[in-house]
Amino acid sequence: MQSGTDQAIGIDGTRQPKGPGVAKGLLKMRETGLIAIILLLVVVMSFASPYFLTWVNIRTVIMAFAVEGIVVVGMTILLISGGIDLSVGSVTALAMVIGGWLFLAGFDPWIASAIAIGCCTAVGAFMGFFVTKIGLHHFIVSLAVMVIARGICLLGTGGRPLGLYTLPPEFKFIGQGSLGPVPVVILTFIVIVVIFDILLRRTTMFRKVFYTGSNERAAAYSGIRTKRVIFATTTLCSTLCGVAGVIYMARFGSAQPTFGIGMELNVIAAAVIGGASLNGGTGTIFGAILGAALLSLVSSSLALLDVSVYWQDIIRGSILLAAVTIDLFLNKRRG
Amino acid sequence: MTDVVLKLSGIHKSFGSVQALRGVDLTMRRGEIHALAGENGAGKSTLMNVIDGILAPDRGTISWEGREVTIGSPTEAQKLGIGLVHQEIALCPDVSVAENILMAQMNMSRRLFVDYAALEARAAEVLGQLADIDPRQRAGDLSISNQQLVEIAKALTLDCKVLILDEPTAALTDKEAQILFGIMRRLADRGIAIIYISHRMAEIFDNCDRVTVFRDGRHISTMQVSEIEPQDVVKAMVGRVIDDLYPDKADAPGSDVVLDVRNLSEATRFRDVSFHLKRREVLGIAGLIGAGRSEIAKGICRIEGDITGEVWLNGKPLKLRDYGESIDAGMVYLSEDRKGSGLFLDMSIAENISALDLSRIARRGGRIDARKEHARARELGQRLGLKYGRLSDPVSSLSGGNQQKVAIAKMLSVDPALIFLDEPTRGVDVGAKAEIHRILRDLAQSGVGIVVISSELPELIGLCDRILVIREGRVGGEVTGNEMTEEAIMSLASGVAFEGAAQ
Ligand SMILES: Nc1ncnc2c1ncn2[C@@H]1O[C@H](COP(=O)(O)OP(=O)(O)OP(=O)(O)O)[C@@H](O)[C@H]1O
Ligand SMILES: [Mg+2]
Repeated sequence: MQSGTDQAIGIDGTRQPKGPGVAKGLLKMRETGLIAIILLLVVVMSFASPYFLTWVNIRTVIMAFAVEGIVVVGMTILLISGGIDLSVGSVTALAMVIGGWLFLAGFDPWIASAIAIGCCTAVGAFMGFFVTKIGLHHFIVSLAVMVIARGICLLGTGGRPLGLYTLPPEFKFIGQGSLGPVPVVILTFIVIVVIFDILLRRTTMFRKVFYTGSNERAAAYSGIRTKRVIFATTTLCSTLCGVAGVIYMARFGSAQPTFGIGMELNVIAAAVIGGASLNGGTGTIFGAILGAALLSLVSSSLALLDVSVYWQDIIRGSILLAAVTIDLFLNKRRG
Repeated sequence: MTDVVLKLSGIHKSFGSVQALRGVDLTMRRGEIHALAGENGAGKSTLMNVIDGILAPDRGTISWEGREVTIGSPTEAQKLGIGLVHQEIALCPDVSVAENILMAQMNMSRRLFVDYAALEARAAEVLGQLADIDPRQRAGDLSISNQQLVEIAKALTLDCKVLILDEPTAALTDKEAQILFGIMRRLADRGIAIIYISHRMAEIFDNCDRVTVFRDGRHISTMQVSEIEPQDVVKAMVGRVIDDLYPDKADAPGSDVVLDVRNLSEATRFRDVSFHLKRREVLGIAGLIGAGRSEIAKGICRIEGDITGEVWLNGKPLKLRDYGESIDAGMVYLSEDRKGSGLFLDMSIAENISALDLSRIARRGGRIDARKEHARARELGQRLGLKYGRLSDPVSSLSGGNQQKVAIAKMLSVDPALIFLDEPTRGVDVGAKAEIHRILRDLAQSGVGIVVISSELPELIGLCDRILVIREGRVGGEVTGNEMTEEAIMSLASGVAFEGAAQ
C-alpha cells in the first residue's frame, strides 16, 4: 500500500476490469460448491443404483422440480429485494382452481389460464399494497394471504379436485407434451430461468432490486423508488406462481384445491441453499435453481434407496441447516 | 514501569491480500490520554479491534498489567477492563436509549436477576454528564451526534481501565466535543488510560499527552505532544508536508445564479428559507444540530418532507416530485449518515459508486456494461485517492475514511450541476481532506454549484466564500469574507450576541 493521495491502484496492484462474473465471485463460489455436491451425489448414486443415470430417471428428477423452479425464480427475486412470500403454495393452487373453474364454466382454456394468472398478479399487487402503502411486514401479509387463498380454493371447489378431462390436447401439451425427447415443461422452465437470470445479472432494472434489498434507506437516498421495486417483486412472485399453477393444471388434467401445501418451505429453502439471504441484497437465480435441484435429487435418491418418506423430511431440513451454517463460516472467515 | 497497563508488540493482521497491520507496537500508561493518528486505512481501527478481542492478531503479543494475555472476545476484553467506542455507530435502533446503555452492563453482570432500577439510574447519570437526552427515547430516532453520545455513555458505564475512543468527535458538534474532552480529562486523572483516535490536529494538541502515528500498518513514531508541532504529526502521517488544508477562494463569484431558493417552508422543520448560490461560489450552511440544515437540503432535493416555496436551478424553476427527478435535474445530496443512508455496505465498491444513475453505465435496453462501470469507479477512485483491494470488494471492507470517499465518488459519478454535501469530510484524514477541499473548489470553478453543510466551523470558514447560518429552522444570518469568524457564526446560530460579533 502506498501513501499519499495520488494512487488508486488496488492494494494488490490489480488494474484489469473485473467482469460481472468475477465481481460476483463469492456467489460463484457457492454455485461451484453446489455443482460439486450435486455431481458427487450423482456419482455415488449411479453406483448405488444402475437405474439412476438413465434418461428416464434424470428426466423425472428434473420434472420434479421444474414447475416449482418457476416459483423459486420469483421467490429469489423477492428475497433479494428484502421480502418473503409464504403464500406461494396457496396462490399456485388458486391459479389451478380459477383456471379449472373457468374452463368448466365454458371458457376457452387459454383465456381461462390468462385470467387465472391475472388473478394471481392481482393477489400479488394486493400484498404489495399492504406492504408498501400500509407498511405491514411481508411475512404477516403473505401468511394471511396464504390462509385466505387456500380458503378460497376450498370454498370454490367444495374441497374436491376439479376433473378437467375435456381439456383440449393442444393445451395439455404445455404440461404433458415433449419436443423431441425433452418435455415442454422443462423447456418452459429453462427459458424462464435463463431470461430472469440474465435480467437479474445484467440489467439496471433488476440492479435496483439488489440496492433496495441491501439497504432500503440508502436506495431511497440514491433516488430509487424503493416502494415500487418492492411492489414489483412481490407482484412478480405471485404472477410466476400463476404461471406454475396453469402448467400444473395442464400436467395433471385437474385442479386440486389442496395442492402446494408446504411448497413455500421447499421454495425458500432452495433459494437460501442457493445463496439468497433472508436479509435481502444477495442471491442468484442460478444458485437457487441449483438449490432446488439438490433438494429434488436428494428426495429421488432416497426414494430409489427405499428410504422412508419421513426420513426424507429430516434429511432435507438438515441440508438446509448445513448449507446456511457453512455459508456463515465462510463469511466469517472472509470478514 | 508499573504504570504500564497495556502493551502491544509486533502485532500483525492481514485480511486476504491486504496487510492491515505489519508489526505495530503500542504502550499505554495509566492516566494518559494517548492520541493515535494516521491516514485512512493506516490500521488504527484494526488495532483497536484486536485490543477489544474482535479480531485475532496473526502474530504479536498483548500484555495486560505485565501479564501476557490473549483476548478472545469483547466480553473478555470488558472483563479485563477495556472499553471501546467504535468508529461506526451501532446502536439497536428499536429499543430505548437506556436499554442500549444497559445492554453492555447486563452482559457483565454475573447475577441472575438484574437490578434494573440501579442500572437505569446509572445510565441516566452517565448520560446526564454528556448531553440532554431522554433515556426513554427510541435510539433510532436520535440524531447522529446524539447516537454517538449514547455510544460513549455505553462505554463510560463500564468501569474500564483502558478506554478507546475511535473518532468520537467526527459526529459531534464543537460544544459536545468540549464536554467529552472534559470527561476524558477527569477519567485520566482517575488513572484511566485513554486511546483517542482523531484526524483533527487541534483536538490532539489541546487534549492529549502523547501521540502515536501509524502509516500503512506500521508504527512510525510516538511523541510527547508538548514537545512537537502539528506539522510534525502530519509529516509522520503522510510522509510529506501539507502546506494548505484549504484551497484559495474564488476571486469574485460570477454574476449568474446557480441555485435560487425562495420562501422554502416545511410543516415543522423550517420556515421561509430564502438564499441563493452564485456561479463559482462555495456556500456553507452552519447552525446548531437540529437547526434544520440537513432538512433544508433534503427538502430541496425532495428526499424528505413536503415543501412549499420555489427552487430555481440555473435559471429554471424546478417542479420535482421525488429525489429521482432531482438527480435527473443534476441536484444531489451527500448524506451525513454514510452507514445508514449513504452506502450499501455489503455491495461492491463499483456497485455503490454507480447507484445514483444506472443509465450512465448501461447500454441500450438497460443492459449494464460492467467494463464501463469499473472504468468509471476506477477513475473516480483515483481522483479521490481511494485505497482499496479490488473494485469488486464490498464497501464494508474499507476503512471508515475510505468509505466516505466512496460516498463522495457516488455523488461525483453523475456529473452533478449542484451538490449538497452534508459533513463531507467526516472521518477523512488530513491529506485526503485537503484533496477533497481542492476538488470541491475545482468543481465550483468549473461551474458546479457546491453547498457544504458542516459542524466543523474551521472547515466552513476555510473552504466557503459565504456562510448561511440557520437558527431554529430559519435563516439567522449570513457572513462573508472577513466576517467569517467562529464567534460571529456561533452568535448567529445561537441568537446570543458575543462581544464584538458581526451583526
Ligand atoms: N474486514 C476487512 N476485510 C478486508 N480488509 C479490511 C477489513 N477491515 C479493514 N480492512 C483493511 O485494512 C486496512 C486498515 O483499515 P482500518 O479500518 O484499520 O483503517 P483506519 O486507520 O482505522 O482508517 P480510517 O481513518 O479511515 O478509519 C484498510 O486497508 C482496510 O481496507
Ligand atoms: Mg478507522
